[in-house]
Amino acid sequence: MAETAVAKKKEGGLAFGKKERRLIVDPLNENNPITVQVLGICSALAVTSLIFPSLVISIAVVFVCAFSSLTISLMRKYIPNSVRMIVMLVVIAALVTIVELFLKAFSFTVYKQLSVYIGLIITNCIVMGRLEAFAMANDPWRSFLDGIGNGLGYGAILLIIAFFRELLGKGTLFAGTPLALNIIGAGNDYLINTETSFLFGWYVNNNLMVMPAAAMFIIAILIWIQRARFPKLVDVS
Amino acid sequence: MLLLDSFINIFLKAAFFENMVLAYFLGMCSFLAVSKSVKTAFGLGLAVIFVLGFTMPINWLITTYLLSDTGILGIDLTFLRFILFIAVIASMVQLVEMVIEKFSPSLYTSLGIFLPLITVNCAILGGSLFMVAREYNFTESVAFGLGGGFGWFLAILALAAIREKIKYSAVPAPLRGLGMAFLITGLMGVAFMSLMGIDPAALAGAK
Repeated sequence: MAETAVAKKKEGGLAFGKKERRLIVDPLNENNPITVQVLGICSALAVTSLIFPSLVISIAVVFVCAFSSLTISLMRKYIPNSVRMIVMLVVIAALVTIVELFLKAFSFTVYKQLSVYIGLIITNCIVMGRLEAFAMANDPWRSFLDGIGNGLGYGAILLIIAFFRELLGKGTLFAGTPLALNIIGAGNDYLINTETSFLFGWYVNNNLMVMPAAAMFIIAILIWIQRARFPKLVDVS
Repeated sequence: MLLLDSFINIFLKAAFFENMVLAYFLGMCSFLAVSKSVKTAFGLGLAVIFVLGFTMPINWLITTYLLSDTGILGIDLTFLRFILFIAVIASMVQLVEMVIEKFSPSLYTSLGIFLPLITVNCAILGGSLFMVAREYNFTESVAFGLGGGFGWFLAILALAAIREKIKYSAVPAPLRGLGMAFLITGLMGVAFMSLMGIDPAALAGAK
């Protein structure tokens, strides 16, 4: 908190007014990192076949995004322009290493399940993109909020995708957690131990939804819905 | 002979059966953003082959001789993996950038911001991490790097060609551009899915 206190003196305070609220709310919809900025589609789509790993990745991205923005913004006046990429990557890589070690220590099964995708948060363009576009030019408090906002916008899309993929692909919700529910279809053997579900026993799990390709279709549909509702987002080219 | 066999196996596997983009969905950002025209896609694809082909063996040497507890330092430094990998990748990209700027200024300007962004192309770091996770040896890591890069190159070229054609079709306005690119990539992924699980080693044995 010491850093933010310094920021308070220099940059005009930790106010949480309308502008600051927009920093968090905007990325959730009209400036969404995935559907509008096209950042960070890469790594995490492969993990969205289940809700629980997606939730873990989302939290990790919010954490990395917020704190890397804060750190870079605090250092922004001392970073020479020519090496800024390397500096950013080192900060991000250090934060991701913290996340990785934390998961390894406290939740080894999740760690195994996510394998290389934790490391791939480093190359998640959304972290880097926000550093370059926002944190390099704004004060630490607002950069921090921007990081949180973009992390949340990213997580929201991830969870929507995961919800549909898990429900239609495996017939379950929250598999792998104590909350696990078998919602539709016949029981299955993956992480959940239920014979048949209590609803719609006739439903046959759709394996297409388990494949990563399904994530692309769902994003395309999300983009379609979003752009139909907000016509100013439509591509002109 | 055996060495060559495994080289070709891993190369084919990385390029076609387990394509980085279409099977693992790595390197999506630049894949979607730079695939508007075939020409830039071609240049970026070549740059990715180059970077991937070089970083993979270098990162293999780093993990085996520097970071593992059997290496020259004798200490387990695996936790430094991410930072070192990304440093190698960033410097390779810098090198490629200088080469392209020198030999093809027009390509350099048309690639623009996406050239430095190869650094954060997940396919590159992902390749290195897969290599560690699958415990490849040196030859295999070279083959995996080149094959993965080639697969990425083919995929972005295919998508760019399709997108150039689709510009002339009547796509619903909200889907135009990005939405369509996502759909096409998804369909290509499904098509490539049918290749998955083919083991080139088994095919050679059957002959």
